[in-house]
Amino acid sequence: MAGPAVAQTSPRAGARAFAPGAWVLALAVLAVLVAPLVVSPYYLTKMLPFFAYGVVLLGLNLLVGYTGLLSFGHALFLGVGAYTVSVATTRLEIRSFEVILLLAALTAAIVAAPIGALCVRYVKIYFGMLTLAFGMLFYSFLIKFYAVTGGDQGLRVAQHSLLGLFEARSGERVRFLTGQFYYYAAAVLAILALVMWRIVRSPFGLCLRSIRDNPEKAEYLGVSVRRHRWYAFMLSAVYAGIGGALLGPVTGQVDPTLVYWTHSGNLVFMVLLGGFTSFFGPLLGAFVFIFLQDQIMSVVPYWRLVFGAILAAIVIFAPTGLMGLLSQRPTLPRWAVLRQAPGPEHAN
Amino acid sequence: MLRVEGVRKLYGDFCALEEVSLEIQAGEFVSIIGPNGAGKTTLINVVTGLLKPTSGTVHFKDRDIRGIGPVRLAKLGMARSFQLVTIFPELSVLEAIQVAIVSRLGRGTRLFHALAADREVRDQALEVAELFGLQDKRDARARQLPQGDKKLLDVASAFALRPECILLDEPTSGVSTAEKNTIMQIVVQASKRMGIRSIIQVEHDMDIVFGYSDRIVALHQGKVLADASPAEIQADEQVMSMVVGRPTH
Ligand SMILES: Nc1ncnc2c1ncn2[C@@H]1O[C@H](COP(=O)(O)OP(=O)(O)O)[C@@H](O)[C@H]1O
Ligand SMILES: [Mg+2]
Repeated sequence: MAGPAVAQTSPRAGARAFAPGAWVLALAVLAVLVAPLVVSPYYLTKMLPFFAYGVVLLGLNLLVGYTGLLSFGHALFLGVGAYTVSVATTRLEIRSFEVILLLAALTAAIVAAPIGALCVRYVKIYFGMLTLAFGMLFYSFLIKFYAVTGGDQGLRVAQHSLLGLFEARSGERVRFLTGQFYYYAAAVLAILALVMWRIVRSPFGLCLRSIRDNPEKAEYLGVSVRRHRWYAFMLSAVYAGIGGALLGPVTGQVDPTLVYWTHSGNLVFMVLLGGFTSFFGPLLGAFVFIFLQDQIMSVVPYWRLVFGAILAAIVIFAPTGLMGLLSQRPTLPRWAVLRQAPGPEHAN
Repeated sequence: MLRVEGVRKLYGDFCALEEVSLEIQAGEFVSIIGPNGAGKTTLINVVTGLLKPTSGTVHFKDRDIRGIGPVRLAKLGMARSFQLVTIFPELSVLEAIQVAIVSRLGRGTRLFHALAADREVRDQALEVAELFGLQDKRDARARQLPQGDKKLLDVASAFALRPECILLDEPTSGVSTAEKNTIMQIVVQASKRMGIRSIIQVEHDMDIVFGYSDRIVALHQGKVLADASPAEIQADEQVMSMVVGRPTH
């Protein structure tokens, strides 16, 4: 398994090596800001899932890229967030989207606490399988408990308001989504990206990276490995919950396919596509994934086949993903890096 | 400070340690010697709480530390380095040292503080890096270091915990003879500067062992063969031939 332990560049160093990245980032932010003025509503509606998945992937990469735990069930928490929006707006009559986001974060944390506590006792493939199993359990729960979840029909997302000011009037859903909601979701992504940027540069973030690199050594330096893994798991679940909540209004309907294992697989795919060794890699992955899927689907019906081939190519030829390719310094041949990568440091 | 009493350790049927007893006082530099497979690493693992002894007791500062695990051991004031170099391949030299300092200062769960702005952690890490002659490589990725520096970094990060007692499992294995002496001098100097009171090391190089130890414990097939001063060990032909594998001249 090309697991996270084989990280060629630490996320932090990757960001540093990509110093012109500040300009690229500024341009990207500018593009997001002016897009509603110049881009067709069709593409704007494609940006909404990007904002939502962006939030989810920032969290997932805290687990994958920074802690070295590959979750195959992360759509579970995305689903928790999305269903929270639906239940809040249809059953609890909560309108304020800020309250809903908080509720989604809270619910995700509550669900993640026991699941995480169990999962982080395991690593590598066992961790992946356990998270997958919990994802499947939640999927069955959504299907079976019809009264609460609407079964395979799912639930709709009802009227909500942003900042107590804006809400979609009937017949103006697309205008709302590509206008106020667009900026709202972009702002949530920006804020949460800043928060995550701080987290990975904190003493806590350093401890996570030490655990990823060598958990045994980290323990002997006094780092409580399980506790840190658990915190990372909870944080990533909270991000997934908020991202899922942003996705709810976009689809207008939530259903169990949101938490199906293929959806978790897509999340992992986006992380690998963009590159888990860099902070912004997963965001790039989400962007490329969404627009590539859209383009390929309109050309051939077998988009999964094409994506499978792309995934294989990435794992083999570009394990650091698109971000790795973009920020690679030509002076360092990849085989030289690979030969040093896992090495005997991991054995004892 | 450290008291090991009647420790036995079985791996299945195989007895790796048999009735091992030894005591380490504050201020001592003790070397554990013995041929491959004598049980030296097993002893270190039992003492550092990684392995639970099958029977017998291990006390550190009058506390029973059998199997308490590395994290609590670090808090109690004991640290170790490993026989095979264990580094954080993707962390920089300074970051690897900072891990220990962050955990010692109890700041490992600070989520929103900027590590780069923490002067205390940074200054202390720089101090350790300097002691170990790694200051010029502080931003180098650990996996890119030469073997000798990897060993040093492994030891340096353990020192950064400022433990009272440190166990070094073959700190100079796999490095050249010239580097061995440098490493030992650094270790002795650093332990003085950082207030480390006892050093227990496993070592094969007899020049190093005789040059630096206050006391030598010779292990053979899981048993303590001798526990004496370097001069006494050197004079004991039986121990020298069994443990060192060559007769004295
Ligand atoms: N985990 C283990 N399981 C079974 N046997 C082991 C294990 N670890 C060490 N041994 C055996 O115990 C003996 C002592 O090993 P060790 O303590 O590593 O020796 P040393 O460090 O002195 O070379 C060896 O014969 C080794 O094969
Ligand atoms: Mg050994």
